[in-house]
Amino acid sequence: MSAASVVCRKELLDNARDRRTLFSAFVFGPLLGPVLFAVLISVMVSQTVSTADAPIEVPIVGSELAPNLVEHLEARGVSPAAEHGLAKFAEAAEAVQSGAHDAVLLIDPNFAERFAAGETARVTLVYDQSNTRAASRVRRIRAAVSSYAQQLGTLKLIARGVDPDVLSTVMLDELDVSTAAGRSVVLLGMLTYFLLLATLMGGFYLAIDSTAGERERRSLEPLLTTPVERSSLLLGKMAATTIYMLLALALTLVGFAIALRFVSLEPLGMSSSFGVGQALAAFAIIAPFAPLGAALMTLVASFTKSYKEAQTYLTLVLLVPTLPLVFATMMNVKATSALMWIPSLSQHLLVTALVRQDPIPVAYVTQSALATLAAAAVLALVAMRLYERERVLG
Amino acid sequence: MIDVLSVAKRFGHVRALDGVTFTAADGRITGLLGPNGAGKSTCLRILSTVLKPDRGTARIGGVDVVAEPLRARRLMGVLPHGAGLYPHLTARENIEYYGRLHGLDGRALAARVDQLVARLGLGAIVDRKAKGFSQGERTKVALARALVHAPRHLLLDEPTSGLDVMAARDLREWLKALRDDGCCVLLSSHVMQEVEALVDDLVIIANGRIAARGTPAELAVRYPGRSLEDIFVSAVEGAAR
Repeated sequence: MSAASVVCRKELLDNARDRRTLFSAFVFGPLLGPVLFAVLISVMVSQTVSTADAPIEVPIVGSELAPNLVEHLEARGVSPAAEHGLAKFAEAAEAVQSGAHDAVLLIDPNFAERFAAGETARVTLVYDQSNTRAASRVRRIRAAVSSYAQQLGTLKLIARGVDPDVLSTVMLDELDVSTAAGRSVVLLGMLTYFLLLATLMGGFYLAIDSTAGERERRSLEPLLTTPVERSSLLLGKMAATTIYMLLALALTLVGFAIALRFVSLEPLGMSSSFGVGQALAAFAIIAPFAPLGAALMTLVASFTKSYKEAQTYLTLVLLVPTLPLVFATMMNVKATSALMWIPSLSQHLLVTALVRQDPIPVAYVTQSALATLAAAAVLALVAMRLYERERVLG
Repeated sequence: MIDVLSVAKRFGHVRALDGVTFTAADGRITGLLGPNGAGKSTCLRILSTVLKPDRGTARIGGVDVVAEPLRARRLMGVLPHGAGLYPHLTARENIEYYGRLHGLDGRALAARVDQLVARLGLGAIVDRKAKGFSQGERTKVALARALVHAPRHLLLDEPTSGLDVMAARDLREWLKALRDDGCCVLLSSHVMQEVEALVDDLVIIANGRIAARGTPAELAVRYPGRSLEDIFVSAVEGAAR
């Protein structure tokens, strides 16, 4: 058995007996992400979806004056609320301001007379623009009323023998090409963020314990007197960190697969199931990130003088891989071949594509893995160089 | 046999060792004696290949520690000052870890660990985790760990510091037993009584240089009518002048 694997096995066993390490690696990380994600999704879904088609009730003051209008509104899912007790504009304004109602429709007392006379009949929509929650409802009420007006106008023109098209000199066709999935890019950014974070958390304490911890409890110096190259010692430690990280990643993916059984991503336009296939593919995509994170954490922890100092610095390190995600989310970056050279960003883009069920070129996956592993090798070599120095004893 | 040949080492502007030469013979306990900061630990760390000398070299059983550090490490056991154990591993696992790093495995390793456990009286604690060990128990296990590959050379940095009377006494007995087996034992200390009770040869080191060298009897002849402590003080003061 090689010395590196002896070291690796010892670190695995040693850290498996540390409750804090186990908790943060295999409980906290794998649980936090999926649970938070599931909660956020169900909130978002209930907000965006329920408001889209559900019938809404709106108090209509003077509904008896315009039965046809009310009927038209009802056909479009806007029904008059029974028993609202409002009679005047002031009352309606107060009810909307206080939040008792999202919006109130006031039908002018002269509506019927003016309507019969062929004059412009008035309807007032009372709403609160600062109430963003009600925005989509207000929009629907407004659209329903103006469609009624337009329909009647068209009929009037026809009755007078005029082609209604004379009114439409220019027609604007709107075509929104954003998909629901594209709109939920923030949510997807969070998915990869949680996956990468949980992966790093998996090796966090092992990386500290096997470097700064080893120095602090003064077991490093005797270890350096064993007939093993320092690079082998470090290789074993980084291998153990990587194994913990991969385990944490696997558990987190299982957590997501379970959590997403209870909340559906479909209303947000994402793949309906995050099943075994997706989980395995996501594991394959993110796996190369584990040795990179292990090398980075080991390197940083090796610089520090104590366990506490290592904890402080590594907490900052946890943020580093998330920066590309923030950038990608804000700029709405799409996967390109050039971006596959950037570790953590490439994993983010690939996992995002995976969940959106976009096609993923195999070349991208290979490129991402190669670039990430190359970065891991460079950092590992730097860490090994560092361990050859005498200052490593602290 | 351990040969130290004109070893010099500086840390920044501090000259820790300035051309130190001495020999520690097989079958003898050699004491490296000196005030704090004299260079004892630096000297032992260079011998254990943890540090590299700026000048000079040393040989462990004829193997050059600068040219062939890995081979030299196989020939020696090292007990650094305050050596730490892995608190989550049992005493046995701590010892076995070093055994494996020395290339032992399977039945040979188990037999060697059992032998050390019997010899050092570790039976009661061998399968307990090191977390709750007393200082004496920790030192015992660290010593067993340093001896797991049956080295013929043993380096110990202040081995009895922090030990109670009984534990220190036990340790001295084991070191004597190892010497009687023909091992070359080199230890550092600044405790005069311990040195008097234990060592066969003395190397007094001060300000990075050898201040005096010889058996206690030889030194007593050179500095007549004085206790070892007096000899130590005048040697150190002589080196400072």
